[in-house]
Amino acid sequence: MKIDVRFYLTLFKTTFYLSAFTFGGGYVIVPLMKKKFVEELEWIEEREMLDFVAIGQSAPGVMAVNTSILVGYRLAGMPGALISTLGTVLPPLITISILSIVYKTFQENILARYLLKGLQAGVAAIILDVTITMIVNVFRKKEIVSDLILVVSFILAFFLKANLILLILLFGISGALASVLYRNK
Amino acid sequence: MIYIKLLIVFFQIGLFSIGGGYAMIPLIQEMVVKNSGWITMREFADLVAISQMTPGPIGINAATFAGLKAAGLLGGIVATIGCVLPSLIIVLILARLYRRYGNVRIIQGAFKGIRPVVVALIATAGLAIINIAVWHGETISMKTLDVGALAITVAAFAAMRFRRINIIWIMLGAGALGVLEYVFTIV
Repeated sequence: MKIDVRFYLTLFKTTFYLSAFTFGGGYVIVPLMKKKFVEELEWIEEREMLDFVAIGQSAPGVMAVNTSILVGYRLAGMPGALISTLGTVLPPLITISILSIVYKTFQENILARYLLKGLQAGVAAIILDVTITMIVNVFRKKEIVSDLILVVSFILAFFLKANLILLILLFGISGALASVLYRNK
Repeated sequence: MIYIKLLIVFFQIGLFSIGGGYAMIPLIQEMVVKNSGWITMREFADLVAISQMTPGPIGINAATFAGLKAAGLLGGIVATIGCVLPSLIIVLILARLYRRYGNVRIIQGAFKGIRPVVVALIATAGLAIINIAVWHGETISMKTLDVGALAITVAAFAAMRFRRINIIWIMLGAGALGVLEYVFTIV
């Protein structure tokens, strides 16, 4: 991958499209970023992407923006971070500016509702696809501890509605401790 | 000056909201509706509704909307910058630290513990999103099932699994199918 004008254009276009097509922010855009940057463009590794999501979730501010900054910085340093931030922020800035004038008609427009329904179904399909791929990738490594963490944290998050940041902290500290203890053996 | 005030208020909102979009809502309500009166409670309720059906993170949507109402287009831009600035500063520091110390054993250990958690979190959020898309966020049953939405989801999923199609096309196709369903309901 060469860092040239074409690269920056692709980075901007990708973050712009992803932001323009995702509704609800955060965990909607992250699987799409994974699909695009890891699977389609093959610019970053799945492992790194997961780390970026964890950092983006734990840092203050908007998670989608945080994760974009991390991806942009990883690819092309400071300019990359600025370009991907711009790409992520522009679509909502434009849509809200237009919608704040016409939102009543938009809300009552049935055609718009069907269009949004279709887009939402598309997002659901992408998330399903990304989730299956990621779960398979975890289990394929045949590391029993990772498998257990996945199952336990899913139960904690989905059924018990545990605080997401606490989950990340808890398993992060456990992982760090385990790496220290393991070395001493 | 209103622009500086917008910048400061949204800088604070960006700085103090940890945990993504919905963590921001109460903070925005407190600072933008109650304290500054830039938008009314009614407009705020509309904003939350709009944010759910328009692209982009809710925090950015709110910043743009409140800024627009308070001081026009430039206000919207200033508020958005304010909201993003804390992230930009803090996350860039974290990104540098990650690049520098990401390979240190103890940090690797921490991320090794965290990665499966992130997969679980994405799966959890994914289930909620599928529920919203196919059952409109209601209890899952045959009665609440949106057959059209289910069909689009299945078609998009199959298209991705069996062929490597750019996800932008997947999204455009899904939107077009939604419009097609509308055409069928009126003819």
